[in-house]
Amino acid sequence: MTPNINPLIIFIASIFTSNMILSNFLGMCSYLSVSSEYKTANGLGMAVTLVLVLTTAINWLIYTYIIVPPELYYLQYIIFIMVIAALVQILEMGLDRYSPDLHAKLGIFLPLITVNCAILGVTLFMVIRHYNFVQSLLFGLGSGLGWWLAINMLAAMREKLASAKLPPGVKGPALSFIITGIMAMAFIGFSGIFTIQ
Amino acid sequence: MDFQAILKTVGILSLVSAALSVIISIAEGVLNNYGIVELDINNGKKKLQVKGGSSLLSTLASEKIFIPSACGGKATCGLCKVSVQEGAGPLLMTEEPYITPEERKQNMRLSCQIKVKTNMKLLIPEALFNIREFICELVEIEDMTYDIKRLRMKLPEGQTIDFKAGQFMQFYTKPYGKVKEEVFRAYSISSKATEKDHLELLIRLVPNGICTTYVHTVLKVGDKVRLSGPYGDFYLRGDCEELIMIAGGSGLAPIRSLVYDVIEKGLPHKMRFFFGANTLRDLYYVDEFEQIEKDYPQFKFIPCLARPEPSDNWQGVTGFVTVALQDQVDTGEGKEAYLCGSPGMLDACIKILKEKGFTDETIFYDKF
Repeated sequence: MTPNINPLIIFIASIFTSNMILSNFLGMCSYLSVSSEYKTANGLGMAVTLVLVLTTAINWLIYTYIIVPPELYYLQYIIFIMVIAALVQILEMGLDRYSPDLHAKLGIFLPLITVNCAILGVTLFMVIRHYNFVQSLLFGLGSGLGWWLAINMLAAMREKLASAKLPPGVKGPALSFIITGIMAMAFIGFSGIFTIQ
Repeated sequence: MDFQAILKTVGILSLVSAALSVIISIAEGVLNNYGIVELDINNGKKKLQVKGGSSLLSTLASEKIFIPSACGGKATCGLCKVSVQEGAGPLLMTEEPYITPEERKQNMRLSCQIKVKTNMKLLIPEALFNIREFICELVEIEDMTYDIKRLRMKLPEGQTIDFKAGQFMQFYTKPYGKVKEEVFRAYSISSKATEKDHLELLIRLVPNGICTTYVHTVLKVGDKVRLSGPYGDFYLRGDCEELIMIAGGSGLAPIRSLVYDVIEKGLPHKMRFFFGANTLRDLYYVDEFEQIEKDYPQFKFIPCLARPEPSDNWQGVTGFVTVALQDQVDTGEGKEAYLCGSPGMLDACIKILKEKGFTDETIFYDKF
C-alpha cells in the first residue's frame, strides 16, 4: 500500500508545498512565541528538526514492528507521544549541557516541543499515508527543515520590523499573523510544482 | 476486548515504557553527569566539592546550607535568592519575574532554578549560612537581679555555633499552663563568641510575657531548650578608634559579648560602656566589668542610676544614661556607637548622639 512517490519528491514537497506551518498550520504556538529573536528561533528550528527526524524514524519502526503485527492500532497515539516526550527529555539534557545559552533562551518552549503539533502531525501523516521507512525519514527531515525555514523567516522579519514605525494595532502578535498569512500565500506559489497529501 | 488483547496491550505498553526509561536513564547518566565541581562561597571562605547536575538549592541543602524556600523549588515563592558571581549561566525565563533590576546587578538568582554544572562563586549572607537549630541542655539558671535571669545552655555533643558577638538567637518555649502553643522570642547572646559549645542569654521577666514567664517560672536546670540562630546584623564594625556602648536592663547581653570580642581579639579600640539602671538592685555584672576595667585600661565601665535609693549609697553617675552621654562624649568623630535597650531609651540616646556628630553609619542598635 506504500504510495509510489520518489522520497526526494516527498522531501522537497514537505519543505515547500506542504510546509508544516504555512500549509498545514501545525506547530503554531512555539512558532509564534519563540520568533522574536532570530538566534533563538534558529535554535528552536534546529531542535524541532532533530526531534522530527528522530521521532519519525523511531515511530516508524515501532509502528511497523510493534503496533501493526498485533493490530493494536489504538495504542499508536500514546506510544508516539511517549517516544516524543522521551526524545525531547534527552534533547533537553543535551542542550543544557552543550549549549546552556540556547537552553536558557528556549526555556519552557523546549519541553513544549513534546506537544508541538508538527511533531505528532508528521508521525500521524506518515502512518496515514503508508510511507515506507525511507519516505518517512525524508518526510520527517523535510518537514523539520520546512518548519525551521518558516520560523527563521518570521523571526528575521520580526527582528527587522521591531524598530519600524507601525500603527499600534498592528504591532506584536498581529504583525506575526499578518506576516505568516502573507508567507503562506507566497508558498502557495510552490504548489504548482507537485503536492503530496 | 478479549483477555489476550488486554495482555498484549499491557505487555507492549510496559515494554515500550521500560525501553524508553532505560534510554532516558542512560542519557541522564551520560549527559547530566557534570562530575565533581567546586562551590566557592563568600570569596573563598568556604569551598565545597559537590556533585554537579542538581539545582543549586538542593545541592546547598545537601551540604547543610539552608536557603529559605517556601515552594520547594517550583519558582513560585521567589525566596531562595542567592548571589551567584560566576557559573550560573544566563537568567532564565522562570527567574525573571522574581529578580528586580537592582538584584540583577548583584547577580541575584533563584537557587532552585539554576543547575550546578561548573565551578560556581556564590555570595551567601553569612547569617543565612550559619542559621541552624540547636536542641540545647539548660545547665545553669541564675538570678542576676530580681527580674533578670542568666541562662546557660550546652549545645548538643559535637555541635558548635559560630556567631558574631552582638547577634541574637530565637528561643522556643514549650506549651505550659494555659499557654497551649509554642512561641519564640529573640534574645541576644551574652556569652563570648569564642565559646562555641555553650550559649548564654539574659532574660528579664516581662509582666505577663509568655516567653519570659516560661523562663522565669517553668524552666529548670536539665531541661531541653530549642534555639535557632544566630541572627541579626548587630555586631562589631570597628572602623573607628573608640566604641561607645550603651545598654539598659537585659540589653547588657550583646554588649558583654562585644566587649569580650574586642578584648579577646586584641583589638586596639577604646571602649566606654554606659549602663543605665534605675536603682542599685538593677545593676549586675558590675564586679565583672570592674575587673575588666582593671585588666584592660582601654575599657571604661560607666553605670548610671536614674533614681538611686538613699540606702544604695551611690557614688557614680546619677541620672539617665543620656545625661552621662551629654557630659562625657564630646564628638562623634572616630567613634562608633552600639546601643541595646528599650525603644524609649534608644531613641533618646540616638538623638543626643546625632547632635554630637554620629551618623546612621556609625550608630548600631538593637531595639527590643
